[in-house]
Amino acid sequence: MIRLHDVAKEYTRTRVALSHVTCQIKRGEFVFLIGPSGSGKTTILRLLYMEEKPTHGDVWVNGVHSASAKRKEISQLRRKLGIVFQDFRLLEDRTAEQNVAFALEVTGASAATIPQRVTRVLTQVGLASKATQMPRQLSGGEQQRVAIARALVNDPYFLLADEPTGNLDERATRGVFQLLRDINASGTSVIMATHDLEMVRRADDARTIELNHGRVVFDSDETPPPETRYTPLLGQPAIGGPSEGNWPAPPRGKR
Amino acid sequence: MLAVREAFNASRRAPLLSALGVITIAFSLFAFGLFALVAVNIRQALRGVEERVEVRAFVSEGTPAEAIVAAMGDIRSFPEVARVDYVDQEGALARARRDLGEFNDVFEEAMLPASLDIHLRAGLGNPGNVRDVAERVKSYQFVDDVRYGEEWVEKLYQLRTLAAGTGLGLGLAFAAVSIIIIGATIRVSVLARAREISIMRLVGATDGFVRAPFLIDGFIKGIVGGLLALLMTWAAYRAIDTRFLDLVFFDPRFVAIGILCGALIGVLGSATSVWSHLRRI
Ligand SMILES: Nc1ncnc2c1ncn2[C@@H]1O[C@H](COP(=O)(O)OP(=O)(O)OP(=O)(O)O)[C@@H](O)[C@H]1O
Ligand SMILES: [Mg+2]
Repeated sequence: MIRLHDVAKEYTRTRVALSHVTCQIKRGEFVFLIGPSGSGKTTILRLLYMEEKPTHGDVWVNGVHSASAKRKEISQLRRKLGIVFQDFRLLEDRTAEQNVAFALEVTGASAATIPQRVTRVLTQVGLASKATQMPRQLSGGEQQRVAIARALVNDPYFLLADEPTGNLDERATRGVFQLLRDINASGTSVIMATHDLEMVRRADDARTIELNHGRVVFDSDETPPPETRYTPLLGQPAIGGPSEGNWPAPPRGKR
Repeated sequence: MLAVREAFNASRRAPLLSALGVITIAFSLFAFGLFALVAVNIRQALRGVEERVEVRAFVSEGTPAEAIVAAMGDIRSFPEVARVDYVDQEGALARARRDLGEFNDVFEEAMLPASLDIHLRAGLGNPGNVRDVAERVKSYQFVDDVRYGEEWVEKLYQLRTLAAGTGLGLGLAFAAVSIIIIGATIRVSVLARAREISIMRLVGATDGFVRAPFLIDGFIKGIVGGLLALLMTWAAYRAIDTRFLDLVFFDPRFVAIGILCGALIGVLGSATSVWSHLRRI
């Protein structure tokens, strides 16, 4: 269970990444985080795995509270969160299976169970046959599958994915996305930041949270949607991002 | 063990810097070792001297034997005193002849006073005690004069304190330098592995787990540096021992402490740089 209550994040006094964000995400949900560049998607995910602490408000993830979490608790929490990035973040000098095993070794899993658990997740992501390849011998889609396998190997409650398909071509994107859907179907929550609205439209049973200028402007789970929706909040488009006008409307009326 | 394997990997990544770290530890302990060697040998010399240190109280001629015997009983009960011998006039003459060897005929006709030779207990023969005992013995009526090797005993003690102090001071200064250098070598391997560390943290490694290989790395460097210092100190000892002086070397306990100091320097150096890195991520 994830809960954000009136969360604000300011990196510097003038750089407001998030403000007044309140929402809940339950076990088993599939959630898209969308919004223009700089709207705060990555920041929300960083708050969830407690890489950052909110400047204001509270974040609870699996009972760990942002205000009181110690470094050790954060480490323990992350073992129950799978984290996936656009740039895969694999160790280049280790094979696919070593990369996955790394996540187990680091958490002090018993050495005897490691090979078996690694094989299981690599099979789950469809890479059992490439277990001994180095990352540079794998395609982008395959590397992302290794990263997903690494995220899954500790049986996480939540899978946090920051533009996991951002570096992939269309075919690989579809494969990785389907994998995330399957993972969700077997009970793990998936929270995924993306720019790929095509994908969001196809998954019409998923929940969509849209951010703009650090505020939640749409949440398909909330009825009625916040009235702040589509009113330009600060009167300026996000730095480097598309302006309000050419940002396509997210799918409406889900669930 | 994973952490040990990682530790060796880290050293292989920056071999030159690692060697530099080990060598500075070795030299800091070597500097300390040399002065400690001097101090230990002065102490050894002092111990030999202490055994010989005696307070000699010259007895007036014609003192009744009972008075002397009573005084000897008194003096024996002083806590610092190990033994009291009475040397009569003939004994004094014989000793003087023996000491002077070929010039012994000088004493043909001489009269030497009888004396009480007071030996102090081992370890209690320091200048303060010696002076103290001498003062007390001087208070006997029949004692004409008291002699003891006050000046050179005190000098030897001062020398020992100086050697020990200099060794400690230099050793500490070098140790500080080697902590900094070890810190730098470990920082290089920390930075080389920054990506790996950030991934470790992402998948839930605790700080302790991340730190362990670096601390082991520093520990190993410290031990190796300590052993090198031991080797150099031993070589110096051998060189002097065979050619000039009869020296003693450290006892094994002191050697073990020295090597552990090396390990401590290594661990401290790496701990500081890993901690500062972890605090930033
Ligand atoms: N480490 C940081 N230091 C300072 N400002 C930051 C930092 N990270 C993000 N920001 C700012 O916070 C705001 C939100 O950034 P965030 O990365 O969350 O956006 P995003 O929605 O993930 O964007 P994108 O789609 O481009 O990845 C932006 O204005 C960004 O410039
Ligand atoms: Mg982002």
